[in-house]
Formats: sequence, structure tokens, C-alpha cells
Amino acid sequence: MSAITVSFTLNGRATTLTVSPATTLLTALREHAQLTATKAGCSQGGCGSCTVLVNGEPTLACLTPLAHVEGQEVTTLEGITPVGGLHPLQKAFYDRFAAQCGYCTPGMIMAAKALLDRNPHPTREEIAAALSGNLCRCTGYLPILDAVEDVARQNGGGER
Amino acid sequence: MAKVRGRGIASVSYPTGMNLGGDPTQALVFCQPTGGFSVKLASTDLGQGLKTVIQQIAAETLGVPLESVVVDTGDTDSAPHCMGTFASRGTHRVGNAVIMAAQEARRALLEVAAEELEASPDDLDISDGVISVRGVPDRTLSVFDAALAAHFKYGRTISGRGIYLKPKSTVDPETGACDPDSTVAHATTVADVEVDTETGEVTVLRLASAYEVGRQINPAMVEGQIAGGAVMGMAHALMETVYPEYPALRPHAHNLSDYLLPTTMDLPEISSVVLEYPSSNGPYGVKGVGEMTANSPIPAIINAIHDAIGVWITELPVTPEKVLRALKERDAAQSAATAAD
Amino acid sequence: MKQLGIVGQSVHRSDGLGHVTGRTTFIDDISYPHMLYISMVRSPVARGKIRSIDTSKAEAFPGVATVITAKDVPNNLYTILCLIGIGPNDEPVLAEDEVMYEGEPICAVVAESEEIAREAASLVKLDIEELEPVLDVEYALRPEAPKIKKWGTNTFTYDGKDHCQIRFGDVERGFAEADEIVTGTYQLSPIEHAPIETHVCVAKPEPDGRLTVHTNTQALYFTLDNTAIILKMPSNRIRMIGGTVGGGFGGKVDVLTEPITCIAALKTGRPVKWRWTREEETRCSSTRAAVKIEMTDGVMRDGRIVARKVRSLQDAGAYHRHSPYGAMKHMVNVVGPYTIPNVWVDVYCVYTNRQPSSAMRGFGVTEASFAVEVQMDRIAKAIGMDPWEIRLRNAYRNGDMRPFGKITEDATLIETIQAAAKLVGHELPPELAQMHSNDEGGYAAAQRATA
Ligand code: FES
Ligand code: FES
Repeated sequence: MSAITVSFTLNGRATTLTVSPATTLLTALREHAQLTATKAGCSQGGCGSCTVLVNGEPTLACLTPLAHVEGQEVTTLEGITPVGGLHPLQKAFYDRFAAQCGYCTPGMIMAAKALLDRNPHPTREEIAAALSGNLCRCTGYLPILDAVEDVARQNGGGER
Repeated sequence: MAKVRGRGIASVSYPTGMNLGGDPTQALVFCQPTGGFSVKLASTDLGQGLKTVIQQIAAETLGVPLESVVVDTGDTDSAPHCMGTFASRGTHRVGNAVIMAAQEARRALLEVAAEELEASPDDLDISDGVISVRGVPDRTLSVFDAALAAHFKYGRTISGRGIYLKPKSTVDPETGACDPDSTVAHATTVADVEVDTETGEVTVLRLASAYEVGRQINPAMVEGQIAGGAVMGMAHALMETVYPEYPALRPHAHNLSDYLLPTTMDLPEISSVVLEYPSSNGPYGVKGVGEMTANSPIPAIINAIHDAIGVWITELPVTPEKVLRALKERDAAQSAATAAD
Repeated sequence: MKQLGIVGQSVHRSDGLGHVTGRTTFIDDISYPHMLYISMVRSPVARGKIRSIDTSKAEAFPGVATVITAKDVPNNLYTILCLIGIGPNDEPVLAEDEVMYEGEPICAVVAESEEIAREAASLVKLDIEELEPVLDVEYALRPEAPKIKKWGTNTFTYDGKDHCQIRFGDVERGFAEADEIVTGTYQLSPIEHAPIETHVCVAKPEPDGRLTVHTNTQALYFTLDNTAIILKMPSNRIRMIGGTVGGGFGGKVDVLTEPITCIAALKTGRPVKWRWTREEETRCSSTRAAVKIEMTDGVMRDGRIVARKVRSLQDAGAYHRHSPYGAMKHMVNVVGPYTIPNVWVDVYCVYTNRQPSSAMRGFGVTEASFAVEVQMDRIAKAIGMDPWEIRLRNAYRNGDMRPFGKITEDATLIETIQAAAKLVGHELPPELAQMHSNDEGGYAAAQRATA
């Protein structure tokens, strides 16, 4: 089988992967780069558990061919986790019990990060809209919205 | 008058444990030389938080800080039997087994401490990792030192085995007489809905519930079950089915684009209060809350729809098409009645 | 209530840090070098006779290690609840002579990658004679319906009967005395558990002949015991590792992935991973049973429910799984938390040619609660009583006899009704606000007095 070589920035590091042409960004991350925080809930664009940032934009890794990120900047949950600490969103999710089984959590946090980077003071409605493509079967979403709202408030916004 | 509101209530009971019982769980607890405790289970955390509540129960029973207890779940090579995580049995069954195991380990620890402190084990207490002689506040020994002594001085095991089983009840095949449950939890939910009589769409505005689940081990996680279940129940009432034309085989949902799940955009206001009436047989009075939280929202929503538009729609899910059909039938029946007058 | 220390505190989840950093190890995060993957060939029809299965093209496909069929399964016929005495075994691990639902597993292609396995799976030739599927539970009960189960009926057999039942008091006398008869029919939809993590299993053969199995089952020993039975292997030759599950809701207690993954590992001598696609999770895994409940109540004008008769049909789909058990749980819960002196319940566990239903969060009870609670509102409407009042008056009290012959011990229904009313600012009349689960009020006492 033919192979392609793709170079991109992964969590701040120059990365080159050689994969079969049909390989998605999701498979490349999980199986070639061994970064398993990003989850494969459906592999067909339906659940959001594979959400990562490509140049800061929330992107479904399962629908993105690896070839498309040539020269781009990809950020996964591993990339925003400080050594020995937590990103404010991670802390808020932890404090709010916003992860039950935890399977949707990486995608949720990345989608929330994309929102807050773009709009540090979102309203609850804006938060809900930004996370509407991310499914969670456990929490009923409320603690997730609360967690993101907490961070928005720390950013000095989010009051309704 | 396109949007009408209604309120409905529903009250439910929920039994803990496998129906009829016969579902055992075992636990092992042991102490390491420097006073750390390990709880060995073959039980599963599905996200409901079993590992955490078991850590709390074990720490409470042993009298040591939460951090001193590690809960290891999920390896059949190192842990004895557990029936599994279902039937709202986890906290009740596993918790009881862990209390039994922890009490045995605690007793062994106190026997060692009694020799060190020259006291009777019955006069000793453990609190926050310190063993003390009741009434003599300055005669103390840390769990750390007691564990060291047990291992290296006395050659004593500090461990415990626990099991919980509600023996399986028989069922009388004629009358159905049986003892199905260990304890029963309760809830009442109030649903407020808005029905759009033009589109048939039902919006759940609010789900407010009162739960009684025995003792809560971890209230934040109980609240998490209530919110998660409320949304699951709402979706069962209004959205979800694998076979939209049931019993027909077609259409048949394939994936998450044709099997509708609730999202952040579908949320009602959710609130709850939790009452605590400890059960007689649960660990520290636990009943259980895992499964029941999806139950009361469903009929509460159906009753609220009736309150709003005066029709019972009792075939789930209540899709906009079903609402419109029901409204049409209602109006046809009303005009027929007027015509007959 | 006794004051406790750490019990009752909302301490952080012990696995919370793993979850928010993505460092919790879920089963799909586990991989071994030299690992193979499974793709399942599934039945394209709801009911049929298998004439032949030709796996030769798939076996010859480059990158395919092996194809597993029913012949490779030591004990092909099983039922998971055999451990608690439910039988007979009715479900094949891999279909042999017939298929009973669309999506039923027929043979497993084991290959170097998922893509290869999938492509090779499409080369398996199935020759199946399609038969008329039985899909409607009412039809399934009729004499003219084809009998789809090997024992010659379309129902589970409880002690020689085609249903399980409660008989308590004299329901006909209750109806005769009643001022009003209220009826309702309730139909629940078959829904998916839809955990965000699909079924995943990794099996690895060890040099000593044992198997290490990573699985997201909700019940490790249940899975171990059933797998050992299916593999005809002593259970201590299998090590099940799990304990962390990305959502279950009852959907991961059916022992569907482990036996086949183990057989693949044993047959190839290599680690094997089988992860279900979202489509398999949606179309082929168990559902909540579609349940149809017919409820008839005899009611007095003062609100007393004096008789309840229930006929309930549980659509089990093609195989037992947990449905015969769920039907019995349903039976004892379908009267609801109310004291009714005359009760008649018949619950049927009915087989149809659809994906099996099984355990799901609250099953047996969820369906019962739905029917009972809508019925309570219908009754209230029929006699012109407030929905709060009808519940409070009929609510069971401690000491009341349940229709299955157990004395009520820890009732708190009334207290939750009152607390819910308070929560939404609904004021109850003093008489109702003062009721409690240990009082002598309600209708039960009156009924006890007249009995
Ligand atoms: S895995 Fe990408 S959206 Fe579900
Ligand atoms: S926490 Fe389980 S899916 Fe969101």
C-alpha cells in the first residue's frame, strides 16, 4: 500500500507522520502519535468526542484526513494540560463533577476552549450553542455548562 | 394560541439490587506496612462514581483519611467475585461488602495497637489515622506505627474479607409472592412543558424533583445522577427510538445522525431536593440512585402534555407528528360532539 | 441520623483528574504490538435459514489472519443468565443454521487492520433463505404466527406458563364494586443505551496459555464466567481486566465481544482488538425492550383504587439476554407504590425477530412507572380529583401489604410528593401536607378496616 508523509505542528512540536493515505487525523493521533486523550465515539462526525483544535478552530478529527493538516497547528487535550497542573477548564470540570464516565470530556474541553479563545465572555446560551455538537450521555450537560460558565466568569464575563 | 403550557407530576419507587436478590459481591481490604489501605474489588465504575463512594465508605469504616485508601477495581486475578454494576446494586452491595471487610481489618489493626498501647482493643478508637484509648487522650498510636508493628514486630495480617448477599427469594408461580428487593428509594418529579400546537413540538421547561435515596454518600454525585437521568428520561419521552415506526423494522436507526440524542440545546431547568431516610440494610443507610433518575420524568412530561392540550399521548416517543395527530383527533372529536348537541 | 465523617461529603471523584486530562485508560486506549482486528459479518435479514457461508475469498484476502465461524466456538449456544438459572440456552455466539435478527453475528474476520478486516468481511458470501419475520408482539402470541423459538412457542416459559403472574385479592370483585373503570394502554419505544464509548475488547494470549482480556463490560465476573463456559476453559485461565467504562446504562452486560475476541486470540496466537462501530452499537447491540402495557383499574368516587389488572408484553427481540429477568422485575413493580387490595398481573416475555432487548437503566421498572403514573392522572381526571391528592391518598404506607406478599418497610413516597410540591411552590391542603408514610391515613387503612 502506498503511504503519505504529513508534517504539522502537534501540541507545539514539529511532527512528521507516515501513514496510509486514508488515515484520519483521529487515527493518526491515537494510533501513530500515541495521544489517546482524543476519543473515537463514533468515527462519523456524530458525537464530538474527537474534537481537537486545528489552528485554534474546533475540528472533528474523525472527519479530517491527516493530509489536510499538512503545515497546520493541531492541539489536543494533552497539549493544553500543564505539567503537574490543570488548565482552568480542566479544573472547572473537575470541581463541578462535569465528567462522569469521562468519555466525552476531552472533546468537550477542547470545544469549550475553542469558544473561550474566540469569546472569553460567552453567555450560557453561547456556551450551549458552542457545545451542541458534543454529546454526553451521562451528565445531562448541566455541570458541563456550569464548568464552562465558571471559567467564563473568571475571565471577567459570563454574567447574564 | 400556538403555545400552551402544562404541568404534570409523577411519583415513583425504585428497588435496590437484582430482583429477588441472589446477587453477591465480595471485597478484600488489606493494609500496607506504612498504613496505606488497599480495597480489592472486581466491580465496575461506569461513571456513576463507584470508586469514589467506596473509597469514602472504606475510609469511614477504617477511621483513616480518604487519601489513605486506594480502591482497585477491575481485575479478576486479584479481586474476588462481584455480580456486576447494574440494578442500582453497586453502592449497596459493594458498600456492604467493603464495610464488612474493613471492619475485620480494623479489628486486626486495633488488636495490634492494643498490645502497643497496653489496652483492650474494645477501648480503642481510630479517627483520622490516629488510634487512641477512649477517655485517655494522650495515649495514642498512629495507624502508620501500628501497621509497621503488625508487619515487622508481631507478624500479623491486617486484612479483611467481606461479602454481601441477599439470598435469592423464591417466587410462587401462582400468586407471584416473593421478596424482590432489599430496600426501596422514591422520587416525585414535576414537569412543566410548553406545547406548540402548530408544529407539535414539546419543550420541557422545567423538571423539578424530590428524591429520597437513603443516606447519600456523596451528594454531588447523587445530584449528577439526578441531572443525567432527567435528561435521559426527557429524551426517552420525546425523542428516542431505534425503530421510529415500531413494530415495523424500517426505518431502523443507524447512527447518531438518525438516532436522536439530546444535546446542550434541549435542556430544561433542572432542580432537585434530596431527602435522607436511611435504609436498615444499606451501607450507612444507602438505598441507591443510579437507575431511577430517568423514570419519573417520562410520565411527568406525558401528564404535563395532557395538562396543556387535553390529550393522552401514551406511545413513546411523543414526536411532533404524534402531537399534531392527537390534536387533530381531539378537534375532530370536539366538533363531532358539538354537532351532536 | 448518625453523624459521619467522610461519608456524606461531596469529595472530588477519585478518577476525576484522569478524566479531565484525558489520561484515564479506556479499553480502546490499550494496544499491543502485532495486534489484529475484527470485523463482524452480520445477518442482512431479520429471519432466515442459513444455507451456506462461504468464507474462502475472505480467508484468501491479503492481511487476513483467519475467519471465525460457529465451528470455532467450543460451546456455541449460551444464555448469559444461565448463571442464575434462566434457560434454556438459546443464543448462538455465531449463527449456525438460522438467523433471528438483522445484524446477528455470523462470522468474524480477523486481520492486520480494521480496514482490511472490513474489506474482507464484505467478501464473505452468505446464502440465506429469508423467512417471514415475526415483529409484532401481539401477532407473535397468536396461534397462526410462525413459532420462531426452537422450543415451539414465542414466549419465555415461567414454571410451565407462557407468562409470569401476580394474583392478589379478588380483582373481579374489586371491579364489580368500583364506581368507575379506568383503562389505559401504554407503549414504550425501544431505545439505545448510546454510551459515548462503544463496546471494545482486547484479548492477548499469554505464553503460559492464559488469556488476558481487557473489556469494558459492566460485570467482569459475569463476563468471565460466561466466556469460560463458551470457551470450555477453566475460568482461572482467563484474566479479565476492566473496571473503567465510558458509559454503560445496562448496555454492556451482555457478553457480546469477549468470547469471539478470545477465540480469535487463541486461534491466531496474537493480541486481537474488537471495537464496535457506532452503527453496530446502534443497530446490533441490545435495546431497552419495547413494552406494551394494558392497565385496567377499578376506582371509587372518593379516589380509592380497589382493583388493578395488568397485561404487559415485553418485546425481548430474538433472544433471552436479560429480558426474562426484566419481565419478572416488571411484574412486581407494575402495581406502583400504591396500596391496592385486588391485583392481577400477567407479564409476557415475547420473542420477535429484532435485535434483542436486554438490561437498560431501570428496565422493568421504567416501563412500569410510566404506565402507572400516567394511569394515576387518568384516574384523577376520571373522578375529578387533583393529581397530587390521588397519589397521596393511595400512596403505600409502612406496614401495608404489597401485592407480592411483602410488608412495606421503607416507604417515603408521600414525603417526596410533599417535598416536590414545596420545591415548585404548590401549596397542599393541610390534610395532605400532614400525611406521612407511617400514618394510619390514606386509603390503605380504610381498606384494612373493611377487609
Ligand atoms: S468520533 Fe468524531 S464526531 Fe464522533
Ligand atoms: S461523562 Fe460520560 S459521556 Fe459525558
